[in-house]
Amino acid sequence: MIAALRCVIFRDLLLAARRNSDVLTVVLFFVIVVSLFPLGIGPEPKLLRTVGPGVLWVAALLASMLALSRVFAADHADGTLEQMMLGATPLGIIVAAKVFAHWLVTGLPLVLISPVLALQFDLPRELFGVLVLSLALGTPILSLIGAIGAALTLGLRGAGALLSLLVLPLYVPVLVIGAGATEAAASGLGGSAQLLLLGAMLIVAAAFAPWAVAAALRISVE
Amino acid sequence: MSINWFKYSSPQTFFPVAGKLALFFGALAIVACAVGLYLGFFAAPTDAQQGESYRIIFIHVPAAWMSMFLYVVMAFWAGIGLAFNTRLSGMMASAIAPTGALFTFIALWTGSLWGKPTWGTWWVWDARLTSELILLFLYFGFMALQAAIDDPRRADKAGALLALVGVVNVPIIYFSVQWWNTLHQGASVSLTKSPTMAATMLAGMLIMTFGFWFYGIAAILLRARCIMLERERVSDWASQYAKGAA
Repeated sequence: MIAALRCVIFRDLLLAARRNSDVLTVVLFFVIVVSLFPLGIGPEPKLLRTVGPGVLWVAALLASMLALSRVFAADHADGTLEQMMLGATPLGIIVAAKVFAHWLVTGLPLVLISPVLALQFDLPRELFGVLVLSLALGTPILSLIGAIGAALTLGLRGAGALLSLLVLPLYVPVLVIGAGATEAAASGLGGSAQLLLLGAMLIVAAAFAPWAVAAALRISVE
Repeated sequence: MSINWFKYSSPQTFFPVAGKLALFFGALAIVACAVGLYLGFFAAPTDAQQGESYRIIFIHVPAAWMSMFLYVVMAFWAGIGLAFNTRLSGMMASAIAPTGALFTFIALWTGSLWGKPTWGTWWVWDARLTSELILLFLYFGFMALQAAIDDPRRADKAGALLALVGVVNVPIIYFSVQWWNTLHQGASVSLTKSPTMAATMLAGMLIMTFGFWFYGIAAILLRARCIMLERERVSDWASQYAKGAA
């Protein structure tokens, strides 16, 4: 089972490495969306400092959603997904591996680049740790929840817009708590409560979401 | 004696029953709404603090209750449909969604109509308002997903899974939003400071709730009948019924 897990992760990472433009698109989207906000709301440093964490979080959420439709699409198109379903390994395990690989490719770069973008918003240096940690805990939850939506909309027309309609309301708690962590730290309360909550949500999502995704895949492919 | 629990889970047996029930509950809904509106608009006393504008709660509160209740009912039928693989459960779930969305919308709309004279603003990022708005999005997502899938069986199952995921999320959303709100602004306005309610007000509100509930049942059953006819149109009973009606 561990072998299957490792195998799927390496396979997906290799595929992503061979088509690295997909990864770059997501990161560039993140950077551009974040950079658009000061242009839209004005370069006032005080204002930017207040909205910064929220903007980074919303942009990360949109960027990770942009990448979602690709989690299963290619495997579905060439029949690999059906073979995975027929195999002996539980589908939930394969899904967990795929979502993890997907997060490594589309979520982790956002986490790593977020301090640079936080500089644009003049966030104080001591908040970077909380911001990065909250994104590191939060973006995998987004990938896990999003994978349910991606599995449900597999192969549908207009899947992209539909996916956002399904997934965005479910993202609300992650967004609220994730962006709240940095804001609480900024106001001197400390973000540890939010980070613990995010950690708890990650554990729950990691435990249950892969099975929901597996059920959704079986519905979509049958 | 064994009971056949699944007798009415077949569209063919449920179809005529649904028609009669819809008629019955529709009539009850008209009576209850008439009595409730009379109590609300004529019998209930004017509120000491809010004047006449409070009277919208006779619409607003029942609609908000029904909006949340119907989501749970929808998720319940969705879960039954997934567990027992019954066709009718999925039809019920998709029949409930538009009525639930309607009640959610009414709750939001009347809430903002009430908010303007009372709070001085159409919209506040209050925890309840926000979670009600997200509930509306959840309904829209459910309906959009079902509308996008051509195969009704797949649409039912996919919608069912989404409804179940949603129902797990609703409390989390509610609490996270509440917490977010208290973090941002000290509760300047709150819906919870309910002044001790006069008995007629309470009676009016409860009767309106039953009125909305019965309306919901009637509308959902009528819609379920349409869905049944549409999906079962190739079967004998449905095509005969359609011919008779035409």
